[in-house]
Amino acid sequence: MLTEPPAADDKIRCDACPVMCYIKPGAAGACDRYANHNGELVRVDPHILLERTVSHGGRLVPFQATGDWDGKIVQEPNVFVTAIGAGTTYPDYKPAPFMVSSEVDGVDMVTVVTEGIFSYCGVKVKIDTDRYLGPETATVRAQGEAIGHVTTSEYGSQMLSLGGVHHLTGGSKKEGRVTCDALMDLSNCKPVDLTIDGGANVIVQAGYPPIVNGVAEERMRVGCGSATIGMFAKQWHGKVDEVVVVDDHITGVLSEHQAGKLLDVPDTGIKMKGRRSTPGRYFQVAEPGTGWGGTKISDPLSVLGPFDPKKARPGTTMLMVSTTGEHAAYYELDEALRPIERELPSDLRASVERIQENCEPALCTVLFMAGAGGSLRAGVTDNPVRLTRSVRDALTRVTSGGAPVYVWPGGGITFMVDVTRLPAGAFGYVPTPALVAPIEFTLRLSDYAALGGHMDHVRPLASLKDNLGPLHASSPAQPKVRT
Amino acid sequence: MTRAPQLRFLDDGRRLHLQDGPIDLIVEAAGTDKYVRQAYAAAARRFTGLLDELCDELPLLREAADSTHCRLQGRVARRMHDAVVPFAADCFITPMAAVAGSVAEEILGSMIEKAHLDRAYVNNGGDIALHLSRGEHFTVGLADRPDAPGLLRTIVVHGDDQSRGIANSGRHGRSFSLGIADAVTVLARTASQADAAATIIANAVDLPGHPTIVRCPARDLQPDSDLGPRLVTRQVGTLSGVDVDHALAAGAASARKLLAAALIDGAALRLEGEMIVVGTSAIEGSGISAPHRASEPGAPYMFKISEVSKRDEKR
Repeated sequence: MLTEPPAADDKIRCDACPVMCYIKPGAAGACDRYANHNGELVRVDPHILLERTVSHGGRLVPFQATGDWDGKIVQEPNVFVTAIGAGTTYPDYKPAPFMVSSEVDGVDMVTVVTEGIFSYCGVKVKIDTDRYLGPETATVRAQGEAIGHVTTSEYGSQMLSLGGVHHLTGGSKKEGRVTCDALMDLSNCKPVDLTIDGGANVIVQAGYPPIVNGVAEERMRVGCGSATIGMFAKQWHGKVDEVVVVDDHITGVLSEHQAGKLLDVPDTGIKMKGRRSTPGRYFQVAEPGTGWGGTKISDPLSVLGPFDPKKARPGTTMLMVSTTGEHAAYYELDEALRPIERELPSDLRASVERIQENCEPALCTVLFMAGAGGSLRAGVTDNPVRLTRSVRDALTRVTSGGAPVYVWPGGGITFMVDVTRLPAGAFGYVPTPALVAPIEFTLRLSDYAALGGHMDHVRPLASLKDNLGPLHASSPAQPKVRT
Repeated sequence: MTRAPQLRFLDDGRRLHLQDGPIDLIVEAAGTDKYVRQAYAAAARRFTGLLDELCDELPLLREAADSTHCRLQGRVARRMHDAVVPFAADCFITPMAAVAGSVAEEILGSMIEKAHLDRAYVNNGGDIALHLSRGEHFTVGLADRPDAPGLLRTIVVHGDDQSRGIANSGRHGRSFSLGIADAVTVLARTASQADAAATIIANAVDLPGHPTIVRCPARDLQPDSDLGPRLVTRQVGTLSGVDVDHALAAGAASARKLLAAALIDGAALRLEGEMIVVGTSAIEGSGISAPHRASEPGAPYMFKISEVSKRDEKR
């Protein structure tokens, strides 16, 4: 009798602890630490935990059951106190939760630690890709809700502007909630699935390559098609008669391009589609898309018209390549002057690899942007405008979770911070909905007194012992960009 | 021979992290340095070997509790049994329903036995045993997302309240739930009692036979689950507002029954962003309260203890 073995046979027995769980394939034991991966017992979490701890500048502190643990909490003199988890009040008319003074370089410093509740906040996302994500001003959606829009294209990348008070509180309740969740996840370096009206689906995660319509982007283009011609003309010279660098923005053609002219590359009779800008440079050779060089084409020959029989000759060789080197094809004209695909010669393959090598890894970068309003400033000083002025005059340094920020010129304290430089889980939210982000103001104690600081709430760092509360002491965060 | 559990301080150098197998505790004590040290040493000592103790009786702990007699020997095992017995007559429940709270209570007990502490807590994955001396209080936050500091609501437990246990149950945790609650938070006299009651109330937040709820026998997921062939919730699809109301009402009815029987001091039930609070006026006065029916988004399923005590505020 032939029957399938019972499913229970695939389970394994974990002997990591006395619970001795039976674990089915693909499942984890009661601890969530050990799992059955294709019949093999694997440990699933400690590496992640350790890596996270270390990558966030954390310390692993051994427990000493006996010995001389001195009960000290702040063990390193230059430990930086961040606002993460400090708690806050809203509206922020009360003094900020913790004000910590410490000796730094002999100057008595004060760090006003608070968590700002930001109704006016959002993220600016830079997505390194030449693929077409969607038209400018198109609505960007998460879970079907509008959370922002496509803004300008930048060099080799596409910018999104997400969040803002309009989506957080100006739309439906669901729109606000979804926007808030997306902003928080993006700011906490988690992946967020976005769809763009009339465009692509893109998964964005700070510090990771974008995933456009299910395909992970690998590289930024080395330059536009014309720039690529300029950069590589000499390397192609003598090895091939014609080169076309396909690019959604400017497609370059070696024989017509200034760089080719300087090398006396002869005409090949090539005929490009699209709108000629200057010699050898063509706009709009194809519709934008996620194919070759950010166009929608999969067959590069579709950007060419027939070769000019007066100038072209059979046997002419041609390389077609995208601006990232991700796509390349090699052709030879037959007797009827039709390009026939041939195997890419090895010296040309090397030039394609050189293009790839010169493309930087494509990443998503996320800058959190928010404005510290009047009430938050009032939590720091009883004369809020003086804090703004003090920031302007560079007497007060503003940080967010210990990470450096860029403070916009003009009124208020509107800042931007690279979210990968904050420790994990730094951002939270309140159901308003609005985001909660750490913000610290560091200044000389004397300057703090001068601007009307809450001097009676200042505590020396040395007093941060037992029960200081939800303060997190951590080393200043390092950038943790991964590729 | 006893294995050594993992004992370490968290990065803040202040809280102790104890881990052994599936047990994961965050411990914090407040008092003089000397007492805190003694308390932590006591916790570490008691924790060592505790899992082995439980595992010695594991088969029995996974059987339905018998309200007529208890064959269990270990102190923690018997505490688990005692916590679930009040429910054993009406439904299937095993002592495992109270394992997390009972372990938390045991560790806390070992600490306050050895040291005079102002305050202390042992948090076992959301099931928390509290110690408070007179005049002290804990503020416990209900967090909407476990990965972020945003708080939906806070519960303040004062030294002269009777509650010393808080527990959380729902379909998102590590244990299985028969119901669909995103989270049920219970305040009770002890952590083990809170743990058992949270399980019962979370199971009651349910819509039997609802088409968008996917259920599956517990043993298909974990072959040795104490729930055996019982259907546990895997997925909850779209629910209408009326569905949510009905499910929460069923859970609230269960909670009110337990409140009347003095098995709990209060409960907050959350499903799809809706919340119902059941509690005595004392509880409501101390913070669970607010609108009887809140409609904040999201589904809280985790605790954070905010460690700001009265003393800190005065400093």
